Amino acid sequence: MQALTTHTGIVAPLDRANVDTDAIIPKQYLKSVKRTGFGPNAFDDWRYLEPGEPGMDHSKRTKNPDFILNQSPYDQSTILLARRNFGCGSSREHAVWALTDFGFRVVIAPSFADIFFNNSFKTGLLPIVLPEDVVDQLFREVAVDKGFQITVDLEKQKIIKPDGSVIPFEVDAFRRHCLLEGLDDIGLTLQHADDIRAYEARRQQTAPWLFLDK
Amino acid sequence: MAGKTLYDKIFDEHIVREQEDGTVLLYIDRHLVHEVTSPQAFEGLRLANRKPWRVGAMLAVPDHNVPTTNRLRGIDDLVSREQVETLDRNCTEFGVQEFAMNDKRQGIVHVIGPEEGFTLPGTTIVCGDSHTSTHGAFGALAFGIGTSEVEHVMATQTLLQKRAKTMQIRVDGQLGAGVTAKDVVLAIIGKIGTAGGTGYAVEFAGSAIESLSIEGRMSVCNMAIEGGARAGMVAVDEKTIEYFRGRPFAPQGELFEQAAAYWRTLKSDPDAVFDKVVVLDAAEIAPQVSWGTSPEMVVPVSATVPDPANETDPVKADGMRKALAYMGLTANTPIEQIAIDKVFIGSCTNARIEDLRAAAAVIGAGKVASNVKLAMVVPGSGLVREQAEKEGLDKIFLNAGFEWREPGCSMCLAMNADRLEPGERCASTSNRNFEGRQGQGGRTHLVSPAMAAAAAIAGHFVDVRQIN
Repeated sequence: MQALTTHTGIVAPLDRANVDTDAIIPKQYLKSVKRTGFGPNAFDDWRYLEPGEPGMDHSKRTKNPDFILNQSPYDQSTILLARRNFGCGSSREHAVWALTDFGFRVVIAPSFADIFFNNSFKTGLLPIVLPEDVVDQLFREVAVDKGFQITVDLEKQKIIKPDGSVIPFEVDAFRRHCLLEGLDDIGLTLQHADDIRAYEARRQQTAPWLFLDK
Repeated sequence: MAGKTLYDKIFDEHIVREQEDGTVLLYIDRHLVHEVTSPQAFEGLRLANRKPWRVGAMLAVPDHNVPTTNRLRGIDDLVSREQVETLDRNCTEFGVQEFAMNDKRQGIVHVIGPEEGFTLPGTTIVCGDSHTSTHGAFGALAFGIGTSEVEHVMATQTLLQKRAKTMQIRVDGQLGAGVTAKDVVLAIIGKIGTAGGTGYAVEFAGSAIESLSIEGRMSVCNMAIEGGARAGMVAVDEKTIEYFRGRPFAPQGELFEQAAAYWRTLKSDPDAVFDKVVVLDAAEIAPQVSWGTSPEMVVPVSATVPDPANETDPVKADGMRKALAYMGLTANTPIEQIAIDKVFIGSCTNARIEDLRAAAAVIGAGKVASNVKLAMVVPGSGLVREQAEKEGLDKIFLNAGFEWREPGCSMCLAMNADRLEPGERCASTSNRNFEGRQGQGGRTHLVSPAMAAAAAIAGHFVDVRQIN
């Protein structure tokens, strides 16, 4: 996983609530057996005027000029600002892969759906939850300053705005540690392989019907 | 000390170790695998030179991409075919049991798990699919995960988890005739909103839930995720236990009785305290129809399309306006005046035998209305299809003008060839009405199987309670 310590970038405002993972990456692109290459199809239905299918040359499709991520400088932005319940719906981690492949490292919203929130940390995308009024204020600031940039400092759990003012944010300590270091969860868990084996031995005694492996 | 909730009982039983910050290494008993969210996980194992920790705890099935017609001919779409063949190859390489596309037991992963007795009460069950919450209907802790976690479970048989908050959603009283489990869960989502359950494990309880069939409980738990809750669950009762008797993967004989004795303990203690309690009156629930692009945008069939002018929350009002524009609807239109182009009866929400019986009972000798371009029934599994044919349900559907298809996820998410064209309006028994979910530009209205069948015959939504 790609580590994240501090990150500075342009904030793109996506002014919608309940942005679901079907919208972030439509189903036809889930047929890929890879983890990469989803960026051109992030928000595909909103981003292009004609329908898309895997295997197309997406650079030749007509972009919807009204969609925020097609407008300069937001096509270069790395921080997404959204409304409540971002990432609801399907568990597809492809949604996170599409956002990171597009270039996003941080998503800020008043709330996230659980599975999306969890998936983000596994792929090096930092989801930041801020109170609704703080998010509102950011939307207002972005509206008047098109190239609005912020710096996210994960170590200090702070967002630094262009005027130097600071927004603190909360993040789970263990997840923060893993993201700062870019740690591989599986490697960490396997350090406890003996505990897992001991648990299984115990459960085989108390619940033998769960071990009728075929 | 207060008693324990069902969630806490199962969670505690599966703790391998706990870190100081409360992060738990949770043992996973059952891992269901399908073709869409697993290839990158298998590839990860391969790259790290790892093997599955316990291959016998896994069961794989292709369901999202499979065609629902002419299956013996194979899959025409090359990209879909590659994904299904990749699952076949991975299962062979790693020794994972798979019900391949032309196996009679193939079907939607959340239908076949219980059907085979692979799902069992008191277990932790995961799958790279958000509708894994379905299995909670059996007093199990079941939830969807992303592909990184799929790989984590494959490699370690565990997941890193924080304890969720608990919510009890109680539906008391008796449901009216024609009101089904699907209407109950849509009404719940309408009440709590699509983020109402975020951070919670939800236990559905109350006399109306207890009186639901096993299939009905599965429909309710299936859509817990549409209310934001990763896990939905129902306490074990004798109906639950009897369901598993004789299922292929379930314990048999003496061991079954031993298991059943434990399963009977799988209910929240009377003095258990939930972080939140929501109560609904069953008698007040009418057949539901979703009108917008989020499952919380739902109203009784007798109502009209809501007007954003009456919504005080500006974020919600904006969402409603966007939804009306996408759905091609005008505020204040009576729901019963909305005409439909297609009907889809299927999905992990509503493709079990009871769902097909309910739809067939409404159809009777009726015919699909002339304005309906396509009405299709996609059974949840090969075994459901077989059972339905034994009962002659296929004849009722075919006589009415429905298509009778082979099992899979089909037009719930339109990864295969079954989809809506732009602007087409569909009465669908599936779980999500998101923009583009059933095909780009498609317009989905979520309903129960009985309501979908009634709409197919009438050509527009009708109150199923007024039929017969």
